[in-house]
Parts: sequence; C-alpha cells; structure tokens
Amino acid sequence: MQRALVIDPGKCTGCKQCELACSYEKEGVFNPAKSRIRVFDFHQNARFVPYTCTQCDEAWCQQACPTNAITTDAFGVKNVNDSLCVGCKVCTIACPFGTVNYNATTGKVIKCDMCGGDPACAKACPTDAIVYTDVEQAGYDKMAAWAKRTDAGAQAN
Amino acid sequence: MHHVIIGAGPAGVTAAETIRKHRGGDRITLLGDEDAPPYSRMAIPYYLEGDIAETGTYLRAAAGHYDDLGIDLRQARVGSLDAGAKILKLDGGDELAFDRLLIATGASPIRPPIEGLDLAGVQTCWTLADAREIAKRAEPGASVVLVGAGFIGSIILQALVAKGVQLTVVEMGDRMVPRMLDEAAGTMLKRWCEAKGVRVLTGTTVKAIAKPEAAKPAAPQPEPGFFARLFGQRPPEPTAPPAPVDETLKVTLDNGETMAAKLVVIAAGVRPNIGFLQASGLELGAGVSVDDHLRASAPDIYAAGDVAEARDLSSGQFDVLAIQPVAVEHGHIAALNMAGNPTPHRGSLNMNVLDTIGLVSSSFGSWMGIEGGDRGQLLDEAGWRYLRLEFDGDRLIGGQAVGLTEHVGMMRGLIQTGLRLGAWKDRLVKAPERLTEAYVATAQGIK
Repeated sequence: MQRALVIDPGKCTGCKQCELACSYEKEGVFNPAKSRIRVFDFHQNARFVPYTCTQCDEAWCQQACPTNAITTDAFGVKNVNDSLCVGCKVCTIACPFGTVNYNATTGKVIKCDMCGGDPACAKACPTDAIVYTDVEQAGYDKMAAWAKRTDAGAQAN
Repeated sequence: MHHVIIGAGPAGVTAAETIRKHRGGDRITLLGDEDAPPYSRMAIPYYLEGDIAETGTYLRAAAGHYDDLGIDLRQARVGSLDAGAKILKLDGGDELAFDRLLIATGASPIRPPIEGLDLAGVQTCWTLADAREIAKRAEPGASVVLVGAGFIGSIILQALVAKGVQLTVVEMGDRMVPRMLDEAAGTMLKRWCEAKGVRVLTGTTVKAIAKPEAAKPAAPQPEPGFFARLFGQRPPEPTAPPAPVDETLKVTLDNGETMAAKLVVIAAGVRPNIGFLQASGLELGAGVSVDDHLRASAPDIYAAGDVAEARDLSSGQFDVLAIQPVAVEHGHIAALNMAGNPTPHRGSLNMNVLDTIGLVSSSFGSWMGIEGGDRGQLLDEAGWRYLRLEFDGDRLIGGQAVGLTEHVGMMRGLIQTGLRLGAWKDRLVKAPERLTEAYVATAQGIK
C-alpha cells in the first residue's frame, strides 16, 4: 500500500510546527531553514501553503541521477542514498517542483523521505493540514495531473 | 525481436532497461567501447577529486545488473551501419544484425587548432581513461593550464582546485561558461575563481603547446687546470646526475605570454559521434536527425542523447542538447517507441547546474530571453548572488541563478509547464527573488 503526505492548505494556520519538527528530526536542530517541508505564507491573502516532495511515481530526480543514488522503497518513497550521491546536483534542476535541494555542509542532496514511514511534520501538525494517508485520497490526483504536464514525453505506462 | 543499442552511457542504459521493462522476451544488446562498466561522465569530477572510487561513477552500482535484466553488454566499437540491411559492422570484422537500433554514441571532445595537442601531458577530460591520466599529473602544487571554461571546463576546474594545483584557466569567450550564463553571472564566476586563487584569462586562446628540448648533455670536461697540472692530480670526474624527466610543457598564448605547465587539460567542447554513419545514408545534421518520436531517417533506427539532433522545447527547433537529463529522457522515450508504445517527444529543456569552488550556478531554457519579452533581474555582487528571469508574456521561458540552491528546480517546472503567472509576472519582474512564492501561489490558484 502506497502512502503519502496529503496536504490541505485550507487547514494550515501558518504555525510552522512542521518546519521545526522536520529540521529537528532530520538535522537535529530547530531551524526552519533546514526543513524539508516549507510553509509558504501569503499573508495578503491570509493563506498558508505547506509544500514538500510529492514522491512522484516516475520521479525526475531519480531518472536524472547519474549514479542511481535515488531509490524507491516499498511505500513509493524516493530516498537519497548518501553513499552513492556524488553531489552533482543534477536532480535539483531536474525536479520541476524544486523539492530536492543541495546541502553544502554534507555535499549531498536532501529531500523528504517521509521519515521512514513516520513523518514528523504530520505528527506535529495541530490542524490536520498535513496527514499521512493512502495515496488514493483526494489531493494526490491533483498533484499527479500537475506532474504529468511537466513531462517531456509520456510517463511510462 | 533483437534491439541493439550503440553506446552505454545514460541514454543507452536507460533505453536498455526501458525496453526490458516493456518487452520481457526480446533480445537486447548494449554496445560500449570503453574499458569500464557503464558510467556517468557527470561523476568524473568527483572521481578526480578523490571523493569517490571509479566504481562510484558507475551508472548502476549492483554487480550483475545487466545480466539480471538479460541485457547483453558487450565491449565493441561499431565501424559502420548498413541501414537498409540492418547490419552493423564492428571493428575487428564481426557483423551484428538488428531488428531495431538505437544510436546513442554520445559525443567526443573537440580538438581545437592548437599546436602540440598530442604531447604527453596534454589531456582532454571526457572519459574515465582521461580522468586517470589527469589524476596522475594533477599533484598538489603542479602547474596546470585548463583550456576552456565552458561547462565541462568549469566542472573540472573545481576538481583541479580541490587537488591543490596551481591553476590557470584560458577561455576564448569574454566570460566563464558563456553558453550557460550571461555576462553578469559569468563575470561573477570569474571574480569568484580569482578570489580563490585561480588565474582566469578570458578573451584569450592558447596558440601552441611545446615540450622544451631535453637539457643538452654536459659539455666535455675542460683540460685539467693550472693547479691540477701543478700538483699532477686530476680532479675527480663529476658523476653525471641521471637526466631528470622533464615534464614541463611550454604553453604559448595568443597574446604572446608563455607559461610552464605539467599538465594541460583541453575542454573545448564536444561534438556528436556521427563519423561512423557518414556512409549509412541516414540524414545527419550536427548530430543524427530525428523526428518527434526520436526516429532517424531510416526505418527502425532511433537516436538519443548527445548524438541526437532532437527537438529543443525552448526554440521549437531541432538541436543537440548534450546534457545528462536529456540523455535519460531521450533514452526513455526512444525505448518506449522501440518497444512498440508510440510515445511522442515534446522537446527537451536545456538546463545546467555547476558548482565552481562552492559557488553554485544554474540556468534553464531561454536564459538569454527573447525579443519583446520582459525580464526580472537581481544582482548582488557583494553577496555573490544573481537571479535573472525571462518572460514571454506572463510565462517564464528562461532563468539563471548564481548562489542559489533552494528550490531552483521550480524554474524548470514553470518553464516546462508554461504555467501562466498572471499578476505574479509583474511582481517577479520587480522582485525575481519571489520566484518560489510565485510558483506555489500559481499552482494553488492564489492571485
């Protein structure tokens, strides 16, 4: 069963607990700048949008990686294998969502890995704007459609 | 059905795997002419730097990967193609028949018109074999001249600096990476390199490389001098030191300057490997001409990667885009077509990312803009930051960034989807740094 982070921006209050939880879980510090999920703040519209990797099916980051360092686990999550990543950053320009980023400290790229099946952001979210659930839930289809528009050819079927 | 793929780079390997995924029972032969398992040229700088072993450059790490997929990986070089008879002639005399063929032969370094390119110590940097040679000579403190500061030159530059060599870069363009970055960005990169102790000569070419003649043998000993004659003693014969291996090359620039170097690295660009196709009857341009299904001009023959002259998404024209992500994209789509799943290629987006001694730059699409289009530009010379966005109406068509690594892929997303930015476009013209906001807002329908 594939599971995904389903994000409902309508429920987000902009508290940014998810960013703190993520940076603490992944980097050991409470520093939103190191978070792999980011809350965009459109204060003029009173809207907040949490944003992170959608773990797309045939992921651009994965396909572009020259050393096969990005693998898919049993839950469909795309993981960066640090021992294979050389830090070339091709995935960071290939991902049309901009959700793989270079970490100059480690010389590797980082992305959301769903915390190995127990995402800290979803646990920290007080309003259920971020929930960890089956991919068939509403919201995922929209992302999938968006993903399809970006492809150079068709996704393999 | 026998699929033959010439070239075991990213395009060829991706194609072989994709065909296997869709055609379980077909025979697949993958031909490579190098002495290593399929590897990525993108990883060579990290090998040169010593970050990874040769195995770290391999496209697929698992031993037995190709066997497990039933892909017959062979080391062979193709001499010629008979497109009508569907037969390849291999160097050494063997023939190989195919039902469907993918030409993914990549590119080779251009040899610029410089005297002395064949001397020992003058090295292109394209293959693993090249990298092994460079690694031998690029010792800490060694004088190295790098000819060409295009994308490949600049990516090697980083590795050479990391090895601690005394580096001089000679680029004929007016700035670094002139085909990837504009003047502001390319000049910023040059300033950055100079600040890091690299000498960068732009608007300059190398005229000649020479190996100074070996030191002349010692002159014959003069007759014994006065004291020797007086005391009847001959001074001891000086023992001739072993002739030192003179590794020094003399590099002459077009401005007349000369410099010594232990190693000269030539990175003057690459061109598609189509020489073996001259008599094949296939339509050739700069590379192998293909249609919107990556089909060459003869039945059942396809081309992908650096050798293919395929559609460029930005210009709509057919052009060679010799970059890793495009090679993979081509390989994937060509293979779907070869496997009998008709799949159009809508066009690939030119994009590059470069790390120059820690300063990361990237560019996408029509980064130079189009006539009548608008532009947003942010230049922070002191902070080593630059962002330039180019628009056609309210659509992003190109971009470049220096000193920015967060969410840069969004530029690709906006360009490739052609998403209309509406009111956000004017905001981006005034404040291009709001790019990520604009992307998320537009995707979410926030005006």
